[in-house]
Amino acid sequence: MDSSSIIIQIGQQLINGISLGSIYALIALGYTMIYGIIRLINFAHGDIYMVGAYAGFFATTIFKFSFIPALIFSMAFASLVGIIIERVAYRPLRHAPKIAILITAIGVSLFLEYGGMLLVSPQPRTFPVLFNAEVYNVGGMVINSQQIVILVVSLLLMVTLTYVVNKTKMGKAMRAVSFDTEAAQLMGIDVDKVISFTFGIGSALAAAAGVLVGVYYNSIDPLMGIMPGLKAFVAAVLGGIGSLPGAMLGGTILGIIEALVSGFWSSTFRDAAAFAILIIILLWKPTGLLGKNIREKV
Amino acid sequence: MKLLQKTKTDLMALVACAVVYAIIQGLILADIIGPFWQLNIVLIGINIILVVSLNLINGFTGQFSIGHAGFMAVGAYVSAVLSVKFQMPFLVAIAGGALGAGVLGFAIGLPTLRLNGDYLAIATLGLGEIIRISILNISYVGGASGFMGIPRYTNFTWMFIFTVFTVFVIKNFIDSTHGRACISIRENEIAAEAMGIDTTRYKVLAFTIGAAFAGVAGSLFSHYFYIAHPASFTFMKSFDILTMVVLGGLGSITGSITAAILLTFVSAALASYPEWRMIIYSVMLIILMLYRPQGLFGNKELSLKMLSRWTGGKNNGSTQGN
Repeated sequence: MDSSSIIIQIGQQLINGISLGSIYALIALGYTMIYGIIRLINFAHGDIYMVGAYAGFFATTIFKFSFIPALIFSMAFASLVGIIIERVAYRPLRHAPKIAILITAIGVSLFLEYGGMLLVSPQPRTFPVLFNAEVYNVGGMVINSQQIVILVVSLLLMVTLTYVVNKTKMGKAMRAVSFDTEAAQLMGIDVDKVISFTFGIGSALAAAAGVLVGVYYNSIDPLMGIMPGLKAFVAAVLGGIGSLPGAMLGGTILGIIEALVSGFWSSTFRDAAAFAILIIILLWKPTGLLGKNIREKV
Repeated sequence: MKLLQKTKTDLMALVACAVVYAIIQGLILADIIGPFWQLNIVLIGINIILVVSLNLINGFTGQFSIGHAGFMAVGAYVSAVLSVKFQMPFLVAIAGGALGAGVLGFAIGLPTLRLNGDYLAIATLGLGEIIRISILNISYVGGASGFMGIPRYTNFTWMFIFTVFTVFVIKNFIDSTHGRACISIRENEIAAEAMGIDTTRYKVLAFTIGAAFAGVAGSLFSHYFYIAHPASFTFMKSFDILTMVVLGGLGSITGSITAAILLTFVSAALASYPEWRMIIYSVMLIILMLYRPQGLFGNKELSLKMLSRWTGGKNNGSTQGN
């Protein structure tokens, strides 16, 4: 292999990595927001992504929606599911030991996975083709239209999210609650409403990722959320948990590294690579790349 | 006087264990307990070892680990290699499995236990997965298709001996000076450090002991099911163990044992409804956490004294004074 073909190879893996990474980033954003606001590793988040993918699937097959309406439908449906989960399973445990909420999150995750299996059958389903896949050839590298759609949609969503969090009143309330819940409550912020809203937004983003993955890989199944959910969490930690730009950066980096590992080494080590990065970042800089260093008070 | 009291309760516990063993062994010999429940009884024992050892790390030392299945996998594979490739006797294989998992636990614990709370949880989760994926890629132990042809050495007797041994060792560790140091770390790490406790040392010690016993459980597991397969040691298995620990109560050994028995039993009883099994299991989990977030026993131990208090034997308490 001469040097130019290696460069093309690397470029190709970068393209694959960025499109995979933006999916991770979308899921990671939900993780990071929920962690930032109630300090909970929401293990059910990966399954919300699965719910979103199925909502998109049924929207296109039963209601014959086209891509954009299906995407919106799925996001709305998943945010409803997210809000209900928070209301039923997490809110009563707001003042319980943290580990109890974590176990509840595991319970919710199992419930969604196996409830999904019962409801939509465990067999993988073929996601319908929503737009013609065109393949572009750029200097030896192959880009297909799905990858472009993934990139455009996730960028749009991220920009919208950044706007909502930084410029709107609700976003301000979210930041306040995440900074200091009690002080925010004293200032008259309805904390429960803010937390519900956060779960709604986070779930909507995960659902968008689910639909995009369905479009990209053409196959969805009830257990599809487990691995991407964990990886997205790794991405959130990598970027600095609680930080929105961190989640985007972490997701992209993780996607690129995974693509490079599976392209140049072996795809079986792809998952190990993600976790190895996690360990390294935790030992070297536990607050992540963009996380703030908070000194623990005695 | 106190020592005598302790010896007396230890002896009583031993007699109780012997009685339980005799009853179950008798039922197995009389064919009243069929192969299906025999298998589940062995699983209960293995789960008790896993849960009690994880409780030492999570419940007593307060270090949040969710990678226990990784250490179990190491124990399962090391012992399988010893007994299949080197024709070692069962006890040597188990000791090897425990040693392998313990050494790895030490090597992993030393750097990662600097982390705390959620970060440690994620790190251990990741390490558990790394262990599993590494095994998946070692063709010497069968890779993705699993390590096959392991002799079935584990039976009810071995399982019972090791379960009692595990509970005995961990109970005595907790009651020792070292165990008290571990509990003080859970209660307040900074205060413990200020009192002169080498917190890193005790955290690593508890982690290593926990990992070693997970290795024992893994050895028993692979020598019962003829096969060690990477898919048996995913993070879902770690969650399973963690669930039992939390359900029983963080910091309660009797709670751990009860939860291990209860959950293994529930999941076996639901085995004939495969599609509903996990749903019922998960709903049960959520409801239990909503109504009893501290677990069944909290951090208390179930004892005869507690039982007599429940049954209304109030005058019993006043005579305990001397």
